[in-house]
Amino acid sequence: MDPKLRVEGASKVYAGKSGAVHALDDLTLDVAEGELITILGPSGCGKTTLLWAMSGLHALTSGRISLDGTDVDGPLPHEIGVIFQEANLLPWRNIRENIEFPFEIKKKSVNHARIDALLAETGLADFADSMPRELSGGMQQRASIVRALAQDPEVLLMDEPFGALDAFSRDEMNLLLLRLWHESGKTIVFVTHNISEAIFLADRVVVLTPRPGRLAHIYDVDLPRPRTIEMTFEPGFIELVQDMKRTVETGGRAVLEVE
Amino acid sequence: MSNVPSELRDDIPTFDNRPASTHDGPIDWSALTSVRTAKSAMEIGAIVGLAAAIFFGLEAVLRWTDTPTYVFPKPIDVVRVLWNEFMSVFLHHLWVTMYEFLSGYAIGAAVGLLLAALITQKPFAEKVIAPYILIMVTTPMIALVPFLRLEMGFGSWPLIIAVALASGPMVMLNSATGFRRTDLAKIALARSYGASTFQIFRKIRFPLALPMIIVGFMVGSIFGLLTAVGGEMVAPSEAGGLGERLVYYSSLARMDEFGAVIAIVAALGVGIYVLFYFIGKRWASWEA
Repeated sequence: MDPKLRVEGASKVYAGKSGAVHALDDLTLDVAEGELITILGPSGCGKTTLLWAMSGLHALTSGRISLDGTDVDGPLPHEIGVIFQEANLLPWRNIRENIEFPFEIKKKSVNHARIDALLAETGLADFADSMPRELSGGMQQRASIVRALAQDPEVLLMDEPFGALDAFSRDEMNLLLLRLWHESGKTIVFVTHNISEAIFLADRVVVLTPRPGRLAHIYDVDLPRPRTIEMTFEPGFIELVQDMKRTVETGGRAVLEVE
Repeated sequence: MSNVPSELRDDIPTFDNRPASTHDGPIDWSALTSVRTAKSAMEIGAIVGLAAAIFFGLEAVLRWTDTPTYVFPKPIDVVRVLWNEFMSVFLHHLWVTMYEFLSGYAIGAAVGLLLAALITQKPFAEKVIAPYILIMVTTPMIALVPFLRLEMGFGSWPLIIAVALASGPMVMLNSATGFRRTDLAKIALARSYGASTFQIFRKIRFPLALPMIIVGFMVGSIFGLLTAVGGEMVAPSEAGGLGERLVYYSSLARMDEFGAVIAIVAALGVGIYVLFYFIGKRWASWEA
């Protein structure tokens, strides 16, 4: 089967003030339809750059990205939904107005039924008229997920969405995300620097090396679904976490030696 | 890669919680909109009580010391004059001043806001124009009024122009600070939904700039009122105005009337402040 999303030889160099910043180097990756893939790496390894390039917000220096075989050369508002770090809600709009924002931009009528259903599912039904700053970080990020899902995109690109949350909210959000994914069958690319989160969510974990972001290793995660928080305490899971930590630190060389 | 939004093309993604350059304009006037205000009945009662104490205390001291009116007017006399002559005398002059102020301010604020929106799109233009704006902000525009009188006669235009020149640069300076705020993540958000450059301006850049624009409007209006009244004191139009009255009454030592005009000017200033306080509360409270 052809991949949903294909990244071929992606490289990105930023022309920074203090010299060029090499963010991504010759990355190649296929994402299957309906797959939940996580991209794992330390801060500053080009994860966000990769995600922004996939969403058409960034141009690559070289290489290409394609969705269903068609080159991504700009934002695809109907096919791709992006979920940003720190929720990225507009502080001058209440939650409902934030969720309606993409409808306004696209100049189409607001799907109130869909929004209400998503608000109820994410436990935000009573907070639709609240301002973002009145909500906790986890609730803000839920609102931003509702904002993206209300558009019903085929692909969801998530950029460290839960990075600023505490461990408890993070677990809760991960379970919510898995439920939404299971129900919607969307293709999700999820960027994170948290190893256990990466494993817990994913079908496959793509590990990147720091500066420049280069493919270190791709892990298949064969934990059964539905996943539970208890699985993260099992020895197999912890072993995998340690293995990935080594891979990140050594830039994949250790794995190559073992293989 | 032709459709990639140009403003995102080569910036390393950043996710600041607070928008960059919140209050880094040449002058930070934001304190003007954040005075602590009374809320409880006790606080309001205390304020009214203090006002009454000053009012009647002054009256008592002036009576006790038998101070003549030409030295200092008694508050009760001022109120009496204000009451008796408001419709017959003061209303006309209030209208003249308001007309000059509002006309000039409308022109100045509109041009200032438009210029700020345009200029911040082009850093080069901004750098070239900045020194001139600074000169306009620091030059007291009252100084221009006598000159404009010679050029344009005794109508209201010299004062309208002076008010516009005083308030416009203030509006521009602050609005430019607002428009200069860039929040890459929010622009990226809008772009990811296919927003046009105009939509980005209307739905992201403008709301982001609004708190600073309101500050600019407020500061501009205070400078405008100052210039209108001051200009009338220096070189009034045939119609008069509150500033002209101040000079007239003080030259005749009619201090009761003088006091009444001062009270009207003060009320005007406070009215402007209160107006913008509520505008800020309604449209820019998200930033508080």
